Amino acid sequence: MSYEGALYIEFKRGIYMEKMIKVDKVTYDYSNSEKEVIALNNISLEVKQGEFVVIIGHNGSGKSTLAKHLNALLLPTEGDVFVKGLNTKDESKIWDIRQFAGMVFQNPDNQIVATIVEEDVAFGPENLGLQPNEIRNRIESSLKVVDMEEFRHKAPHLLSGGQKQRIAIAGVIAMRPSCIIFDEPTAMLDPSGRKEVINTIKKLNKEEQITIIHITHFMEEAVNADRVIVMEDGDIVLEGTPREVFSQVERLKKLALDVPQVTELAHQLIKEGIDLPHDILTVDEMVMKLCQLK
Amino acid sequence: MLKDITIGQFYPTGSFIHELDPRTKILITFAYIVGLFIVSSFISYGIVALFVLGCIFVSKIPVKYMLKGLKPLRVIIIITFIINIFMTSGTIIYSLGPLNVTVEGLYQGTFMAFRLVFLVVGTSLLTLTTSPIALTDGIENLLNPLKPIGIPAHELAMMMTIALRFIPTLLEETDKIMKAQMARGADFESGNIINRAKSLVPLLVPLFISAFRRADELAMAMEARCYRGGDNRTRMKQLVIQKNDIISMAVMGMFIAILIYVRIR
Repeated sequence: MSYEGALYIEFKRGIYMEKMIKVDKVTYDYSNSEKEVIALNNISLEVKQGEFVVIIGHNGSGKSTLAKHLNALLLPTEGDVFVKGLNTKDESKIWDIRQFAGMVFQNPDNQIVATIVEEDVAFGPENLGLQPNEIRNRIESSLKVVDMEEFRHKAPHLLSGGQKQRIAIAGVIAMRPSCIIFDEPTAMLDPSGRKEVINTIKKLNKEEQITIIHITHFMEEAVNADRVIVMEDGDIVLEGTPREVFSQVERLKKLALDVPQVTELAHQLIKEGIDLPHDILTVDEMVMKLCQLK
Repeated sequence: MLKDITIGQFYPTGSFIHELDPRTKILITFAYIVGLFIVSSFISYGIVALFVLGCIFVSKIPVKYMLKGLKPLRVIIIITFIINIFMTSGTIIYSLGPLNVTVEGLYQGTFMAFRLVFLVVGTSLLTLTTSPIALTDGIENLLNPLKPIGIPAHELAMMMTIALRFIPTLLEETDKIMKAQMARGADFESGNIINRAKSLVPLLVPLFISAFRRADELAMAMEARCYRGGDNRTRMKQLVIQKNDIISMAVMGMFIAILIYVRIR
């Protein structure tokens, strides 16, 4: 191969690496004889390496179905999904895809396999066929990332919801994924557990450079994302930075979605004639803007 | 309340026996059970008693705790004893209507009762000194050579692990459903057996439905973590036969040899 040729391949690979996930015109149809259900309707989406994407939408909007397409738990009826350039329809690559793209589910109880924390974290690496020494190293480092080292030998059922969910996260990062898909990981947790999990997710994105796709219906959790995607009836209806998306209060309301409380408050105040920007997302910002009012 | 049940009644003390390889312990327990059936005289029972007491002493498990394990079985032991007394023919020493107490019966009854006691004490030593997880690992490992003839060793062990994992979760759930049904006026405690069994239906139906849903979600979570059965899978904890295991097996071998010697003497 010529030098230019090799260079071109390097260049192409560079582009591929940057694209963590590519969803290309995907339709998912689980209609049966009784009724027609199209969970995803011709969706296209790209997620870059290191990005923090939040997908919101209410129940039945297709967001969980989309999530399950991203690591080949479901295969598209039409269209293709690529993870790091690998097509999820390629059966020989399915285990690589699942190792690249880890997944954390809603119910912490139903994704913990073993009776001891370290054994559960070991589950993924064991499935990858790693050597015992390497498995131990990974358990140690993963538990450190989620800040659960002291629980290494505890039984999971004695932990709180937030702690269990962090163990589940540790179990996924022990497989060294480049991307983690969170499917409503905080839906069953109390506020303090939710905070623990959200902080862990942020840390994974910032410190471990893991691409995050976070599905949720808590709007506050979307505020820190790089990009917010709003889904409705199997379609992407809004997409942009949190500011762009949440400033469209009326539009979101029409979709029966909430905006962060502070944004809602700003919206109400603007209606009352107070001069505030539309895209206030956090309490601190609100305080700043209000204090500047004269 | 339901949470307090300890399954497998593991009693960790970190003793010599606790540290043994689970496979060694399983094999020794089997040998011990076989050994019990070689016993044909009370002299041999003396040897067995010494051996079991020795093991309990080494395991550092309080004898009282061991004997507590016998309590639920006392009815079975007593019934075995009584049936043997009356049902064995031989020299009659006392008659109670159509029932005859015989010398041989007394002998046989005592004999059987002792056998049961030793059986329970000896085998419970296995579950008391081995954590359920180690036990499943041991079983998987021992069954592995039988894979070619169709014994699903890995699947069995995985099922046992998951069952153990979900016992506390499902107990907690039962507790919750029970309270929810009681709050709506369900009565689980009064009435005759049929009524009580009927009142369990509103408890069992939701429990089963939720168990199936959990199973479905767990299966998906396991697949997402690259689970694809036992092939190519490694284990973090490797089972290794060490010097202590060999010593223990040698001791067991001697024990069986003595029992056989006493029997054929």
